[in-house]
Amino acid sequence: MFKRLSPPEATNEAVVTFRFDEQTVTARPGDTVAAALLTSGISICRSTPVSNAPRAPYCMMGVCFECLVEVDGNPNVQACQVEVRDGMHVHTQQGARRLIS
Amino acid sequence: MITHDLVILGTGPAGMAAATMALEHGITPVVIDEQPAAGGQIYRALERTPVRDRQILGEDYWSGESLIKGLKDPQIDYRPATTVWQLTRQREIGLLHDDKAEMICARHIILATGAMERPMPIPGWTLPGVMTAGSGQILLKSAGAVPQAPVVLAGCGPLLLLLATQYLRAGVEIAAILDTTPRDRYRAALKHVPGALRNASTLLKGVGLLRELRRAGVRHIKGVSALRAEGSGQLERVLWKQQGDDNWQTLETPTLLLHQGVIPNTQITRAVDCHHEWDEQQLAWKPRLDEWLGTDIPGIAVAGDGGGIVGAKAAGMQGQLAGLGAALALGKLTLENSTQRAQPIRKALARDTAIRPFLDVLYRPAKQWRLPDDDTLACRCEEVTGGEVRRMAEMGCRGPNQTKSFTRCGMGPCQGRMCGITVSELLADANQQSVEETGYYRLRPPFKPITLGQLAKAAEEG
Ligand SMILES: Cc1cc2nc3c(=O)[nH]c(=O)nc-3n(C[C@H](O)[C@@H](O)[C@H](O)COP(=O)(O)OP(=O)(O)OC[C@H]3O[C@@H](n4cnc5c(N)ncnc54)[C@H](O)[C@@H]3O)c2cc1C
Ligand code: FES
Repeated sequence: MFKRLSPPEATNEAVVTFRFDEQTVTARPGDTVAAALLTSGISICRSTPVSNAPRAPYCMMGVCFECLVEVDGNPNVQACQVEVRDGMHVHTQQGARRLIS
Repeated sequence: MITHDLVILGTGPAGMAAATMALEHGITPVVIDEQPAAGGQIYRALERTPVRDRQILGEDYWSGESLIKGLKDPQIDYRPATTVWQLTRQREIGLLHDDKAEMICARHIILATGAMERPMPIPGWTLPGVMTAGSGQILLKSAGAVPQAPVVLAGCGPLLLLLATQYLRAGVEIAAILDTTPRDRYRAALKHVPGALRNASTLLKGVGLLRELRRAGVRHIKGVSALRAEGSGQLERVLWKQQGDDNWQTLETPTLLLHQGVIPNTQITRAVDCHHEWDEQQLAWKPRLDEWLGTDIPGIAVAGDGGGIVGAKAAGMQGQLAGLGAALALGKLTLENSTQRAQPIRKALARDTAIRPFLDVLYRPAKQWRLPDDDTLACRCEEVTGGEVRRMAEMGCRGPNQTKSFTRCGMGPCQGRMCGITVSELLADANQQSVEETGYYRLRPPFKPITLGQLAKAAEEG
């Protein structure tokens, strides 16, 4: 798990709030969804279609596609490539296979 | 469809340097990057990083400021947070920005899309809690985030040591560095030291990193010969063996960061089917390039680590060369002028890359780190093991496109980015043929996720 060197709350910065499944997550504006999850104690963002194994962000640079989540109803969003927005709804993804959906 | 003179893809050192050079010769480029901020990998999030203590990320990081300033020239059409999901041989480019797809066309294209980390398929590498060193560094640069509990770093290469020192300066506790550099590599690399001395400053920086780690008393375990990650549903411990010792040793940790060098990210050059070749020294595929870094497709060039690993400084120089190449192709410079202009850049480039043979030999990952054993996953997406790929070879599969249709290996969401090089090498090894002969996956667009709705919108407005 990851922690912030200087949490935004501690430095009086503005924070962004969004939902991940049933949880409320706060983040710093400009964070990617994946960074926000990893610094909020959430380590799993999808399960594989083959064996249902839990997976978490792995490369953070858009290569591995382990961080796929559903954002505001759109599946197959790379959590490490998309920035947090106030009020967004993020869901764990149960195994997506195709890139065109 | 709008046609632009020059489209540059990527805002790492290569893309930014190419843009400035092109502008200098009267070309106003469109510059695209999927990241919300400029900088590429090395200078990631430079303008907005929460890490304000400049000493933590180091001077090399902050030296990117001037390139970013150049990119921000109002004449450059810089489009951040824009993903390229399609590229054709006719130089049509599919963009996705803010949920909106768009097609544009270019007379000339410079691909400066950089490198990715070489996969390190050890047992347990898919467990949550196991990530790459690069991902750890991305979290540090862009979110000021670091491992909560003592972290284990494993593998080899300059980036692993760089991250270790950056963590050290940020006060992160490092449980151990498990160094997989085989002991005999040091001797093999020795003969390349004289060459490397032409770029003494980089060599000395590497030595400096090692010294910093040693002084701080970081546990640096050398000659690691086997490694596995274990835990139920989540990483709990890392186990390793050292050369000459048959016993497993253990460390409890929730975070393991793996790294064994970087390789060109060839997803886009593959998607347009540029000619690629296997580089035996770097153990990686790269597109074949001419003296202006042009591929075999007219009007498409590649600059920076995407064309073969050269390092950040040399990537910038290649960007300059590709910018000159664009000016030449677009008729803004004569061959004579561009050749003249390129000469000192080529000289500096040769000096800077003189260190590569040394680094390539020293940090060449041994076979056991590149070829997963029978029970370990090669393809993370479709969960195909090394053993299954070997079995396919026994059944007569000569290349990755055949194993793909039998096992779905490489057909998951990452489209073979993570397993491609592993499967090529596994099949080559099992069939006792060269990697070049074995080949690579044939790719189909789109190379980034896109929805039918987004596509339909693009078609309507096309
Ligand atoms: C994770 C990681 C961290 C690294 N950190 C360091 C470091 O700290 N120091 C160091 O010396 N070297 C580092 N390197 C090595 C790196 O390759 C540098 O040598 C340098 O950044 C290469 O520059 P470049 O311009 O070739 O590409 P990069 O800097 O990698 O830039 C490529 C750019 O292209 C963009 N891009 C790629 N594909 C697409 C697409 N489909 N659509 C839109 N945009 C796209 C990316 O977002 C990226 O910004 C790192 C490499 C990796 C993989
Ligand atoms: S973490 Fe690898 S693609 Fe997002």
